[in-house]
Amino acid sequence: MTTLETESPRYPAAAPEARPATAFFDTRLARFLTGAFSVSLGLLIWEVLSWHFQPLFLPSPQLTFYAVGELWEDGTLLQSIGASLARIMAGWSLGLVIGIPIGMLMGYFSFVRRLLDPYVEFFRFIPPIAFVTLAVIWLGPGEASKVALILYTTIFIVTINTIAGVLSVSELRLRAAAALGAGRLQTLLTVIFPSTIPYMVTGARLAMGNSFLTIVSAEIVAAQVGVGSMIWTARNYGKTEWVFVGIITLGLLGYACDRIVRFIVQRLLKRYAVAV
Amino acid sequence: MSASPSPADRSESACTGADIRLEHVSVAFGEHRIVSDINLHVAAGEFVCLLGPSGCGKSTLLNLVAGFLPATSGKVSVGGRPVHGPGRDRGVVFQSTEALFPWLTVQENVEYGPRMCGVPRSTRADAARRYLELVGLGHAGSRMPGELSGGMRQRAQIARVLVNEPSVVLMDEPFGALDAQTREVMQVEVDRIWRATRPTILFITHDIWEAILLGDRIITMTAGPDATFKTVAPVSIPRPRELTAPAALELYRDLREDIASEVRRTLQAQGLVREGLVREGSARDAAA
Repeated sequence: MTTLETESPRYPAAAPEARPATAFFDTRLARFLTGAFSVSLGLLIWEVLSWHFQPLFLPSPQLTFYAVGELWEDGTLLQSIGASLARIMAGWSLGLVIGIPIGMLMGYFSFVRRLLDPYVEFFRFIPPIAFVTLAVIWLGPGEASKVALILYTTIFIVTINTIAGVLSVSELRLRAAAALGAGRLQTLLTVIFPSTIPYMVTGARLAMGNSFLTIVSAEIVAAQVGVGSMIWTARNYGKTEWVFVGIITLGLLGYACDRIVRFIVQRLLKRYAVAV
Repeated sequence: MSASPSPADRSESACTGADIRLEHVSVAFGEHRIVSDINLHVAAGEFVCLLGPSGCGKSTLLNLVAGFLPATSGKVSVGGRPVHGPGRDRGVVFQSTEALFPWLTVQENVEYGPRMCGVPRSTRADAARRYLELVGLGHAGSRMPGELSGGMRQRAQIARVLVNEPSVVLMDEPFGALDAQTREVMQVEVDRIWRATRPTILFITHDIWEAILLGDRIITMTAGPDATFKTVAPVSIPRPRELTAPAALELYRDLREDIASEVRRTLQAQGLVREGLVREGSARDAAA
């Protein structure tokens, strides 16, 4: 109903035929329907495929749906989501808090850049999964090792994006600030930092995606709870449908997290010209 | 060539400017010489226009005084003190309207200078409002720069510079990106604002009429590279100026011939027409 009401001014009663034929596909309702159609089609293909295989090989959508109910009933699903999200949020936020200042300093002071560049350029090619064993040996099988791995995956992406942002601040703005009496530190805080925000947001969003990649590998190796460990546990019971539940949960969680970040950015950081 | 200051009408407001002095100044990037042996004295409170075709080193001179660029040799001083780097005593109005900080409101942009030197919040807000009023933007303080027209943004830039009460204002083709009508309005506004606040102004333009309308003195430059001053013309037409005055027309013809001869010289030296270096008027003259 709401959709129809908001769309109604677009349909002038006097001359509806003046509207181009393609306009329907731009309406909010049509865009929603297109998405819904696409998802339904995917489900249908999955259903048809599952008719031809054993449930252990490919469980049907229906079986997966029951598994969702089952895992929800005994609290496993919610607990797993909670555990994984908490680790991601902790590691990701820490990564931003540490990565952004490092990026700012590396971008602004070429001495700091030369000092840290070898490490950044070395470690950014090493995937977090390579550190899973080390993390467990050094930090134990508890939360710290998982948070540290998320932190690791976040820092490099955020730092590198922030450096790129600092280096691309226009000379014009720096000159304007200098001629208005801003010192070097003031310029860093009042001109370079705000100019770099769009790059930081890009880094944060990319890092969020990578955090989801990392959390599963970390939890598979060493965790009692979490979406990753849920997927791994399924193996012991021969419950392929639990794997599907885990995969779908990860996809939906990632999508939801990105939406939340975008929403917050649009609300709070609009004036910094962040395109999301 | 050190030209003496021209007698300008000082009656309207007390002069707040400082003098600018360039002595035997040269700038070179490696082997590439931009300007050579420039001598210039701009008197305190004087309005000097630097006129010349694009690429002749006008902006280089402005950047020297602003402190954005060091002189390869020679001395640059403002108010008797040598220039080392940018400072709030020398305000710069840039050609690009992107020089405003897009994440700050117009009011916050104008408050930026005072904020950087620790002026208390209410004092700097009052000062910003006063200067926004002066440039005719009293109503637009709460808007974002992106919501303003090009002319309004340049007004905001001028307010942002004047709120620092600089002794020198450097303007680098400030209206070059505006449409003709807005430019005419802004020229009259600059004349008014200058007479109200009386800083020293070094104004760069390639528009001859603009120079005649605004300058106490007009300095033309030879075509770069290795540019230097060609002529120094005092303008004695009383302000506010009418461009239809016979003296203005005569001055226009002289200056146009000056610049056209430089453009011709460049073209002959290069043996070809390079579009970016030649302005329409001068190009026509050169072709004739």
